[in-house]
This record gives sequence, C-alpha cells and structure tokens, in this order.
Amino acid sequence: MKMYSRKCMEHFRNPRNVGTIENPDGVGRVGNPVCGDLMEIQIKVENGILTDVKFRTFGCGAAIATSSMITELAKGKTLEEALKITRGDVADALEGLPPIKMHCSNLAADALHAAIKDYYERHGKKLEEYEERKKEGLIDGEKSTKT
Amino acid sequence: MDYASSSPVDPRVIEAMLPYFSEKHGNPSSVHQIGRESFEAIEDSRRKIASLINAERPDELIFTSGATESINLAIKGLAFRRLDKGKHIVTSKIEHISTMNALKFLSTKGFKITYLPVDEFGFVDPVALNDAITRETILISISYANGEVGTIQNVGEIGKIARDQGVTFHVDAVAAIGKLSIDVRKDGIDLLSFSSNDLYGPKGVGALFIRKGTKIEPIIHGGGQERGLRSGSENLPGIVGFGKAAEIAKKEMEVETSRLTELRDKLIKGILKKTENVWLNGHPTKRLPNNANFRFKFIEGESLVLRLSDFGIASATSSACTSKTLEPSHVLLAMGIPAADAQGSLLLTMGRWTQNEDVEYVIDNVPLAVDFLRKLSPLIPQGDV
Repeated sequence: MKMYSRKCMEHFRNPRNVGTIENPDGVGRVGNPVCGDLMEIQIKVENGILTDVKFRTFGCGAAIATSSMITELAKGKTLEEALKITRGDVADALEGLPPIKMHCSNLAADALHAAIKDYYERHGKKLEEYEERKKEGLIDGEKSTKT
Repeated sequence: MDYASSSPVDPRVIEAMLPYFSEKHGNPSSVHQIGRESFEAIEDSRRKIASLINAERPDELIFTSGATESINLAIKGLAFRRLDKGKHIVTSKIEHISTMNALKFLSTKGFKITYLPVDEFGFVDPVALNDAITRETILISISYANGEVGTIQNVGEIGKIARDQGVTFHVDAVAAIGKLSIDVRKDGIDLLSFSSNDLYGPKGVGALFIRKGTKIEPIIHGGGQERGLRSGSENLPGIVGFGKAAEIAKKEMEVETSRLTELRDKLIKGILKKTENVWLNGHPTKRLPNNANFRFKFIEGESLVLRLSDFGIASATSSACTSKTLEPSHVLLAMGIPAADAQGSLLLTMGRWTQNEDVEYVIDNVPLAVDFLRKLSPLIPQGDV
C-alpha cells in the first residue's frame, strides 16, 4: 500500500508531547473508537499563549503522527494563531499523508480547535474567531468525517 | 508472520518451472514434439493437483488465473447454468471478498442470496443452512476455513446436506489448501476453488475442481482451452509450478501441519499470557494450523502492524484503517465482536519457513508494541497500562 512519509513515521515512532496536563485549561476530544480514531488534546494557556499542548490518541499511524505534529505546531502560539492551523497545514508539516488518510485520520487540527473552544467556553468568552473559521470551512467540526 | 497475504515460492517449485520459460515453451495445443511435451506437463500437474484433493479424475480440474477467477467461475458459471432451476444461493456472512462481490453482482441480476450468520467462533450452523434451502436453491458456497480467524467449517456435514437436498456445493479452499487434508469425495464437494500461491507455488495460477456431472457455463470465451470452460493459452510455467507445489504439499502436509500446530499453540499461549486485555479471535482448536488472530483492547490495529514492522515483524490487521472500505472486518463483526474492539485485531499467519525462534521473538515483542500504543491511548486511565 502507499506508505507514510519519513516525517510521518518519525512522529509515529517518537510521538511528542504524549499524555495529559494537570488541571488543563481546555480539553478537546474528537473521533470515535468505532470508526477507528479517537483523539484528545489538552492545553495550558497563559496570557493567550499555548504554553503546553499534550495529546492521547487511539488510532492508526496517521492519527498518531498528526496528533504529535499538531502539539509541536501549536505550542508557543497564541490562541488566534492556533485556530488558524488547518488539517492541510498538519499534513504538509508531515510531508504529506496517503490520500485515504487525508480525511479519516487527519483530525488533529479539529481536536486542537475543540480544546481551544473548550478553553473559551470555560472563560465565558465568545468564539468569534472559531465560528468565523468554521464558516470559512477551515474547521470541519468536531466529529470524525469518516462514514 | 504474514503468510496469509502472500507466500514465497518454494525453491523446488522454481527449479521445476525454469525450463518451461525457455526450451520447453511449446503450446500444448500444437501437435509437434515440444507442443506435445507441454501438453504432457500440464496433464502431469493436473494429476498431482487432483491427487492432493482426492478428486476421482484429473480432468475434473480446470486451470485458471487464480482463486478469485476460480470463485467467479464457480459461482457465476453455476448460476448462469442453472437458471432453469432457480435463482437462490446460500452462503455465510464471513466469506472472502471474492465470493461476496461475485454474489453481490448476481444479486443485481435478480439472484436472491441468503447470508447465514455465524456463532462467536465463526461457525456456520448446518441446521440453519439446511433450513435456508428452498426449491429455488441452486448453490451453497462456504469456505473450507476462514483465512482471517482460522475457523474450520464442518464441511463434511454441509456437503451431506447439499447432497441430500440436491444442491450444488462450492467450497472456497484458499485458506485451507495444503494445510488441511481436503477430500472432495468424502466431503461431498462439487466445486472447489484454490490457488497455487497458497501452496508455495507461483502467483497467477489457480484451479477449479468441477465434479464430473456438475455443469457450469464459462465466463471467459475464446479458443476453447480447458474443455471450453476457460479459454486462453495455458500459463505453462505457472501450471508446472502449481503441480510441483501440490506434489510437495501432499508429501509434507502431515509433518508440516503438526509442526505448525505446535508453533501456533505456543504463539497463542505466549501472547495471551504476556499481555492484558487480549482475546483470541476464532476457535482455540478448530482453526487453521498456521493462524493466530487476536484482538487487543484500547489500541488500533494499523498502528500495531506499523509498530511490529519496526521490530521486523510482518503482520496484518482487519481494522478499518487498512481496508479500502474503511470498515472493520465483516468477519469479526459477524462473530458479534463490537466494532471498536474489532479495530484492535492482529492477524499472525505462519508458514513453511517459520521457525520456533521466530515465534519466540514475536511473543517477546508484541507486548512491547502493545504497551507503546496503550501509553498513547485515551481509552484507558493514565498509568493503568
């Protein structure tokens, strides 16, 4: 079958930022084990900046590699910047994903956005940025698109 | 540990094939000397393969391009031939995709298909099968053994029902050929599909056993080779290799099957003992001698296969991620295994070159791969691996 990129395998073999955060400021969970992918992203936010991002994922190689990659992409970014990270950005950073994995396992951006949404909700803040991105079709929603 | 997807060709088979690529290149339909030799070589292979399945006569075997073609020829060929009798076919929910898709095609042409359920081990209930037969039933198609979970069906009993009810019985023997002693006469089998690669022969050649008196229509028309049932110039080197592979399989099966059974049981015992939250898919003893299939809770199969590949272990899974349909295995689902658990399946299949130390290496390393992935999994509480 079409293989994963070197970068993808490297993240799969040595996943970054695995685990949970004590008293996280936001938690995002997307996917469903019945479909084969479940991702959880936890974030720590200080002064609007993602100071820590951790993940736990049940899923295929692509699901694990994209989760690992998004923690690297998001860490140190402002919430606004992090909301702009797309599924495509994650795939590009991994030097591409096999076509069949582009949709079903590329949920990491959604999980991050869901965690940020959770953070906003906990602070009673509006989600203008999030909703706007969603409207633009850059966020596919929180559910797995796998059918 | 992935002989089920493809097997190497036995060097003895390659040696037997080599002359038929060059000096012995004759067309078996030609009357000259080298044509005659080719004809003889093909008939010699036919005899060897007939003997492997205890067919009464060698001419009950038709050479094809592989098991997929054999299955298509058996099912469609019989269906088109028996339009006068009816359009009902009985099969099981755990058949190979070749059977499933051939039947799906027929269902678009007005055929009615009954898919029998299986129990938790993957057995078809012969009583339910008997009850499913109607006056319209023309064919029963069941696998001898399931290539994924290893379950061996009660073929003799099903064959007897088919005989009593006057229904043609097709058996997909892909997973069983060369590993179990198949006897088409004793088991009441009318049509039997299998391929050469399942016997460590070359790819691209298969056979269909058609019991004398069973009539089918060809699905490939042309020059009338293989008694008009499979036109096209014969794959001479492939058929010679197939014959040699069948000869070796017959001679070595008894010793090899008991050797593999011992390795299989060691593997199953080792994996179940060294890991938590793992189950065997299929039956503990009524299973193929080379097949072990597990399901591990909290992890997904493709990532497990990838991780094992890093340890130098080739394996397979039935998780959704590795299938073209993005659905977990229809076999595991039919056995009542929840979809989320079916995602964590691991299929290990052994073969002629699997040694004891290979099994020990797998037993040592599978738990490491499982632990690695469970540490990433959000499905278990942290630290509780």
